[in-house]
Amino acid sequence: MSIVVNTAVSRHPDPAWRGRITASLIALIVLWPLLIASEFKPWILLDAQSLGATWHFLAGFFPPAHSKDFLVLLMQDTWQTIAIATAGLTLALLSAIPLTLLATESLSISRLESGRMRLASAVVRQVVRWLLVLLRSVPELVWALLLVRILGLGPTAGVLAIALTYSGMLGKVYAEILESSEAHATQSLLKNGSGRLAALFYGVLPASASELVSYTTFRWECAIRGSVVMGFVGAGGIGQRMDESMKMLAGHEVSTMLIIFVLLVACTDLVSTFLRKRLG
Amino acid sequence: MSFVLNGISVRHASVVRNNSLALIDINLSIKQGEQIALIGPSGAGKTTLLHALACAHQPEPGGKFSVFGLQPWAMQPAARHALRGRLFLAPQTPPLPPRQRVVTAVLAGCLPQWGFWHAIISLIKPREPEVAYAALARFNLQDKLYARVDRLSGGERQRCGMARLLVSQADALLVDEPLSALDPTLALQTLAVVQLEAASRNATLVCSLHQVELALSHFPRIVGLSDGRIVFDAPRNEVTETMLAALYRNTPPTQHPESIDPEDTCWSGPSPC
Amino acid sequence: MQHRRSAVPPRIKPATLLFLLGLLTLICASFYSLAIQWSELFTADAVRSSIEFLRGFTAPELAWPFLVKVARGTLETLSMSALGTGIASICGIALALPASGRFGPAARLAMRLALNILRSIPELIWALILLIAAGLGPFAGTLALAVHTTGVLGRLFADALENMSPAPEVTLRINGAKPMAAFFYAALPQILPQLMSYTLYRWENNIRAAAILGIVGAGGLGQMLKYHLSLFQMQQAASVIIAMLALITLVDGTSFWLRRRLTSQ
Repeated sequence: MSIVVNTAVSRHPDPAWRGRITASLIALIVLWPLLIASEFKPWILLDAQSLGATWHFLAGFFPPAHSKDFLVLLMQDTWQTIAIATAGLTLALLSAIPLTLLATESLSISRLESGRMRLASAVVRQVVRWLLVLLRSVPELVWALLLVRILGLGPTAGVLAIALTYSGMLGKVYAEILESSEAHATQSLLKNGSGRLAALFYGVLPASASELVSYTTFRWECAIRGSVVMGFVGAGGIGQRMDESMKMLAGHEVSTMLIIFVLLVACTDLVSTFLRKRLG
Repeated sequence: MSFVLNGISVRHASVVRNNSLALIDINLSIKQGEQIALIGPSGAGKTTLLHALACAHQPEPGGKFSVFGLQPWAMQPAARHALRGRLFLAPQTPPLPPRQRVVTAVLAGCLPQWGFWHAIISLIKPREPEVAYAALARFNLQDKLYARVDRLSGGERQRCGMARLLVSQADALLVDEPLSALDPTLALQTLAVVQLEAASRNATLVCSLHQVELALSHFPRIVGLSDGRIVFDAPRNEVTETMLAALYRNTPPTQHPESIDPEDTCWSGPSPC
Repeated sequence: MQHRRSAVPPRIKPATLLFLLGLLTLICASFYSLAIQWSELFTADAVRSSIEFLRGFTAPELAWPFLVKVARGTLETLSMSALGTGIASICGIALALPASGRFGPAARLAMRLALNILRSIPELIWALILLIAAGLGPFAGTLALAVHTTGVLGRLFADALENMSPAPEVTLRINGAKPMAAFFYAALPQILPQLMSYTLYRWENNIRAAAILGIVGAGGLGQMLKYHLSLFQMQQAASVIIAMLALITLVDGTSFWLRRRLTSQ
């Protein structure tokens, strides 16, 4: 009898074990082609040639380039980056506002009357929404690449790329914020015959102002980072300068620019946080 | 001798209490294998005392504190940590991660004896489920072996915490209010199991309790704590109603199993090492 | 009788007015210094290229051999993003240990600073730097994503570790368990759902990043896009962009579904 008791007590198979084995096998089966497709060969990092090149490049980082002419040049480029981001975001704002007005249901006048929108305006709303989705789904660097092809090198391509992508993002978020806020003020304004734009400014805006400002400031910060990245495809600013220095493997210049970049990001982070607290 | 405390004072761990003293001038000697009940009103310092005995809080300088004949706070951190493996502290709230399975939570009591890789492998596939099963069976919880901790009731979770005590191989068991979420019948059964285990291992048992009647009927030695001081330390047949009344002077003598006094817990702050 | 609704605009404080003026100055200065040639947007060249590009979209290249190449590029990009994110989650949890104060306040500060630097530098710049060590191709992209995302996830994981209830882990350590064992038995189980949620969310960002890393030579769809655009092959470029969008949507959907399953359990 003790034998029966022993086996009853000592056999406690883990019910989750089989599931875990299966999950691990599936993970391995999925992992293998991923490793092959991405050419995952960590030993490359350790071969002599790669180590030599890396060491040579990194050794050039110290000391960072600090000649006066170079620093002045970098300041100009940094300003250009900020300018590209600001101009691009301004354009995005200007184009997002009409798009938002079209896409927001709470500003729908035709809905007031029958409770449902007219078919034509509903269609317009959907089209605008899809347009916004397209604008923000295409990565901004792709826009930049296209625009550089069409317009040539220089900051114009960067400004437009930011304008296109961010108008999509801003439009969507503005529409959501406006739709989630108090409908009453807007509705009464619209009922009393005001135009959509007036309803926006006096009905919806005061209530959602802080959220809108907060999001726009956050996006300005992102736009600055984005415009640095766009410099690498020729859209001007400090990114383009970094691209040139990297192509020449000028480590000391790259390290200065990296330091400036990290400082720029930190500063815009501070400014953005400050603004959001003050205006929020 | 399991524990010798001479003139020990301990500060509050939490910032809330302004770092005032939680225990003041404690003198206590506990022999190996003794079973002691710790009673007193809320905020008396029972939890702090248990933590001090478990070498979780360093006492103020100027007292003598020895565990199993060793001075834990004069030792190297590694040796002190090895000493901790011989002590088992069961806090009032069962310290079980919600989404973990009972088997892993209970087997965590074996961690001081396991090597690192043994522990990791056991996470993936429990190495000794029979041990956990046997421990849970003594509390009638064997069916919950592979259940998730957050699917258990409060009383079941508390008994799982006790099951962890059973699988540990500590020589001193320091238990903080193990019966607060249990009904009277279950409380009696659980207490019986814990005391039986302590006796069979010749392990010292220090148990803080709110239920004074249970303390008096089950433990041969009672220590009364109030406002951080030991008010009395006597065999159970010498504890009188007057002594109990004086101990609980400002509070009703029978405490309901209630929520924990937040100032009694010592979880804030960094690691005890 | 008609009441005239006096529409009073919100009062503007002087500080806000000052700020708005400053903002306006910044905007005007930006436009001025950039000297954007608006007329350039409408030169014959630009218009022609735009029309060609739009035309490419209406008739994207669908020849079978080309689609095979696009599929291969898609798999490369997907692998880059998945592996990079996966590696970053493991490194992130490893670095989150010192960053959550478990090795003292000095280590915490140093590690948080390091993580900040890792995540401040965009993936593209990391890719350029790592191209030197790893050579052209998707491996550099994977590493760049891993490095950048480790900064992001490391900081999120460290915050999660600091905010979780310490009781289970502290109890195990009081009872004599080694710190590493206590971490795996008590801390990790508590935060694991959150960690997985953050990782999946980051994957959504990384698939977009992976798509464009190829532009600087890290393989995948980005490299194909650059190649075809440089040859003005707009139809092929359009196909690649469509593939990018489809891939991004696929990953977004998968991540969303997985995260929903995590929270519903």
